[in-house]
Amino acid sequence: MNGTELILWGIACSALSGVPALFLSAKSRAGQAISVVLNAVGCGLGLAGVWSFFANGPLPVVRFPSPVAGFNFTVAVDGLSAFFLVPVLLVGGLASIYGLQYWPQDKGMPNARRLSFFLGLMTAAMALLVVAGDGLLFLFGWETMAVSALFLVAVEDHIAETRKAAWLYIAASHFATLSGFGVFALLYSQTGSFEFSTLPNVTSTAAIFMAVLGLFGFGTKAGLMPMHIWLPGAHAAAPSHVSAVMSGVMIKMGVYGVFRTASFFPEIPLSWGLVTLAVGTVSAILGVAFAIGQHDIKRLLAYHSIENIGIIVMGLGLALIGRATGRSEWVLLGICGALLHVWNHALFKSLLFFGAGSVIHSMGTRELDVMGGLGRRMPATATCFLIGAVAICGLPPLNGFVSELMIYLGLFKTIQAEPASLASAAAFAAPGLALVGALAVACFVKVYGIVFLGAGRSEEAAHAHESGLAMTGPMFVLAGCCVLIGVAPLLFAAPLEQAATTWAAAESGTSADISGLSLASLAPLVPVSIIAAILIGLLVVGTAVLLRRVRTSPSSLTWDCGYAAPSARMQYTSSSFAQWLVDLFAWALWPRVHPPKVDTLFPEDTCFESHVDDTVLNKAVRPATRFFAWLFGLSRYLQQGSLQAYLLYILVIVVGLLIWRPGG
Amino acid sequence: MFETLSIHSVIHVAVVLLFPPLLLGAVNRTKAKFGGRQGQPILQTYYDLAKLLRKESVFSETTTWVFRFGPVVGLATAFVASLIVPMGHASAPLSFAGDVILFAYVLALGRFFTMAAALDTGSAFEGMGAAREATFACLAEPVLFLGLLVLSRISGSLQMSGLLGDSVAGGWATSAAPLLLIAISWFVVLLVENCRIPFDDPNTHLELTMIHEVMVLDHSGPALGLIMYGAALKLFVFAGMIINLVLPFGTGSTLVDWLVFLLGTLLVAVIVGTVESVIARLKMAEIPKLLIGAGVVSLFAVILLLSYS
Amino acid sequence: MSELLLDPGLVVALLINFYILTVTRLKQVVYGVALQGVLLGLLYPVAHAGFLPRGEPHSLETVTTLRLIGLTVAIVVIKGWIIPRFLMKAMRIADVRSRLTSTVGIVPPLLMGGFGTAAAIVFSRSLPLAGGHASHLLIPSALATVVCGFLMLSTRREALGQVLGYIVLENGIFIFGLLLVEAVPIMVELGIVLDLFVGVFVMGIIFNHVSRAFPEASIEHLSSLKE
Repeated sequence: MNGTELILWGIACSALSGVPALFLSAKSRAGQAISVVLNAVGCGLGLAGVWSFFANGPLPVVRFPSPVAGFNFTVAVDGLSAFFLVPVLLVGGLASIYGLQYWPQDKGMPNARRLSFFLGLMTAAMALLVVAGDGLLFLFGWETMAVSALFLVAVEDHIAETRKAAWLYIAASHFATLSGFGVFALLYSQTGSFEFSTLPNVTSTAAIFMAVLGLFGFGTKAGLMPMHIWLPGAHAAAPSHVSAVMSGVMIKMGVYGVFRTASFFPEIPLSWGLVTLAVGTVSAILGVAFAIGQHDIKRLLAYHSIENIGIIVMGLGLALIGRATGRSEWVLLGICGALLHVWNHALFKSLLFFGAGSVIHSMGTRELDVMGGLGRRMPATATCFLIGAVAICGLPPLNGFVSELMIYLGLFKTIQAEPASLASAAAFAAPGLALVGALAVACFVKVYGIVFLGAGRSEEAAHAHESGLAMTGPMFVLAGCCVLIGVAPLLFAAPLEQAATTWAAAESGTSADISGLSLASLAPLVPVSIIAAILIGLLVVGTAVLLRRVRTSPSSLTWDCGYAAPSARMQYTSSSFAQWLVDLFAWALWPRVHPPKVDTLFPEDTCFESHVDDTVLNKAVRPATRFFAWLFGLSRYLQQGSLQAYLLYILVIVVGLLIWRPGG
Repeated sequence: MFETLSIHSVIHVAVVLLFPPLLLGAVNRTKAKFGGRQGQPILQTYYDLAKLLRKESVFSETTTWVFRFGPVVGLATAFVASLIVPMGHASAPLSFAGDVILFAYVLALGRFFTMAAALDTGSAFEGMGAAREATFACLAEPVLFLGLLVLSRISGSLQMSGLLGDSVAGGWATSAAPLLLIAISWFVVLLVENCRIPFDDPNTHLELTMIHEVMVLDHSGPALGLIMYGAALKLFVFAGMIINLVLPFGTGSTLVDWLVFLLGTLLVAVIVGTVESVIARLKMAEIPKLLIGAGVVSLFAVILLLSYS
Repeated sequence: MSELLLDPGLVVALLINFYILTVTRLKQVVYGVALQGVLLGLLYPVAHAGFLPRGEPHSLETVTTLRLIGLTVAIVVIKGWIIPRFLMKAMRIADVRSRLTSTVGIVPPLLMGGFGTAAAIVFSRSLPLAGGHASHLLIPSALATVVCGFLMLSTRREALGQVLGYIVLENGIFIFGLLLVEAVPIMVELGIVLDLFVGVFVMGIIFNHVSRAFPEASIEHLSSLKE
């Protein structure tokens, strides 16, 4: 069996993994076990196929007839597909294991069978989408993924808010699908085939339309900033392991779409690169700014996905600028940074969602401000979450740092270009990325501190319990991957280079040739390992020395400036922690504050509330849809319900047709 | 990446280990002189450190291992950062393309754990300090990076040792204005990163108005010693960067170069002390304005450099 | 010599723009504006000498030199002493608040000023300029100063803030004027100063009337004058 067949068998196995359970009782533990095993086996087979690609080189292309007469489905695994397959299969498999305890079928969780079925189907659909070699199969996988995700978001469909989030998701998702149709229809019109290939020229209107549809359509799925409206709601409403798959992997399919579309063009105008970079920077900065204002842990993580997609798109923008100006170093650093960040984000974001799920599982709420002190009661979850938090902030010695370092290096190289040109403007993204990094640190200190440190703010927090192995196991695997990439990035240089070469190897006219460059010579991969070793060594030695040297006097209360009776509710909350930054970004966030009204001398107990809603959704999309609803509502005046009126309409139209002579 | 274990590296590490507390002494001495007082001995910080390391620690019941880990991370990261910055007109012991980014991010790692340790105590005051530190860091980071952009264009390098090396001397001849602006903005960054007046006043009696000092209220004994030394180290590192920026001229003699460098950092400490003596602490709400102002100035420096050289 | 001085001087003038946009205490703003005025006044002879043909810097006639000195002194005195005094007096008489407030906060105008300056520098590079002018910062700093003055005008609530914004705007136009010193005679130079003076005068009158009609000198009250 060759690699392609392995992958296809894996996909089939995952796709059907939920089917046996459908024939068993709704509360059957065995049914769920079967589906988890099948999905895990499917993912394992797929990963074996990917391994054979990275180890032994190209896999055979498989074609089989499609339902559309005259067209074939093509399965072609190239460097880019293989690279994206890894997170799909890894996270998909781990999520279904996690679901074993998070959403146990035998404990009567709602719609558990449906969840297992669609989780497997969605994993398979995403895998199919990335190995597709032509537009038809791509769209087939895409739509299966989109619809499966709808059912996954709406698992708890008895909650009105969940249903709303699901509708918003499917509306946005279909906008993306429509754009996808547009992209591949244009590809067909330009090249005469649905198979992925390079366009003949880049200046035609069709090519420009294709680029715009690619960036904004697939960008909707990816959650780029103005089109992100569906993302926070859907991620918050879905069960946590589904959120992990959606945030870790599904939105990456949008990124994959953007990457794929970009690879169709033989050359890139500079303006496209600059626009992409700008969109990415805005998305990253505003994504993290919105995240800081949230106090629902899952909405917060969802906004961080927007931020990280922004960082990925920044890398892509840099690579496009490099292609436009013929600087192969920029291309390699940009695209490798972006690709590695795809992996990294899949790893740490899934890890964080798993951790959040573990907390929610034990607390029964997503509200940050009632948590606290969970680090003592849930040590495994806390440790894994901490690793994820440090990684997502891009701090050494974990994986986020490596990918951001590559993008930084590329951006710094743009300002060194002689002579200074428009492309040097790209360098201004570097301080932007620094701002994003500092904001992310602020945000994750807040999350980690509020949830896991300090004293518990509620009864539930005081009685929280650690999750079982099926939930902590996947977290440890992901945390291990984060550490591995951060400590030994050189191991991953080969697949990165392979994927980057595939992406940039469009039959290039002037575009930069990156095949002669090696990542290790451009980015300090070995020094990163050495620094990581030094840092970890210092920390271990320092902690050991400190622990040995310290004589502890009997422990006491927190000093707290001498206040002797502090209560847990007096601690800084997530909202108060974030207030400064929310105020600084008030021009974008429009925070809503409901201060208490005090109008008597002896006021009753009162409360204060503040929240940050989605500005784009509330200030742009909602009013626009309301306007259209009103506009189309006007046509209701025609619907009078009287037969005479309808007969009159017919008469008017017939007369109108008689008078109207097209072209006459 | 690593220099061979040259005499410079040995001196570098020795200086980093021994010299920084002197700066705090110099700052305090300056402030005392301005206040017309005798002032504490200039070596007072060393005595304090020695005393703290011998003391025992009190840990609050609320805290977890994160609280004990915080000071260690803070010091370890400051130490790694100090190995990246070139001193004494020679390449730093840790030097590779991209170490400038590592410099900023390793300090951010230290900040992450210092703030987490503060939140671990469950005290509202320390939470407040952490929130302020996080906010001002967000505003200071872009200023630092804009400065790095200017230096990286002037030197064509991505290593801190190249950025702050010989090329700066040439840079003063061709593009003095951007370099001057960056030096000023970095001085602002130095003040905010090291919690100095006008941003932060560790000596007030009111914890409510502090930033950094209130975050470490609950630390005691050796842990507090680590924090104090880490703070001194951070001040030394930033002072060193500014000295590399404004005195980039080498004399050719290792000894003289090092003397110039160390006296330069002491001079920076004296300037810091002077600033602390003649300026009042800003209102909290005014701080972001000053930082954003510094950001705009350094943005202007980058534009100037790109357009006119 | 003069070329060495002109660009740094303009850079400082631009920095003063940022300073004026940042500080809110009225006195500091007035000092900032005055400082900018004095600086520009001193740049006037520098620019004058700078655009003369090279090689004959000492061939200035005595009359020209005297005129140069006289004008410089006039500009410095007006911009650096009379106008600030006038403003300070107005501040005392009208008993206004000692701080300026802004309709959109301090930070957005500051950031916009920064981006405006950047845009001005980028934009002026694309202008077809005479050979001697392109290398100087004159055009971009003129544009940037006008932008900053305009930002002051459009965001500050108080009437005095508006006057100050107007003066900054005029300073920007003055920098434009420096471009023309070589070609255009005294008329333009005096015109600039007069323009400025009249502007302050007019605003001062309006401002006095406002302060008589309303307790606080805030232009937001003016909207109540509409029918």
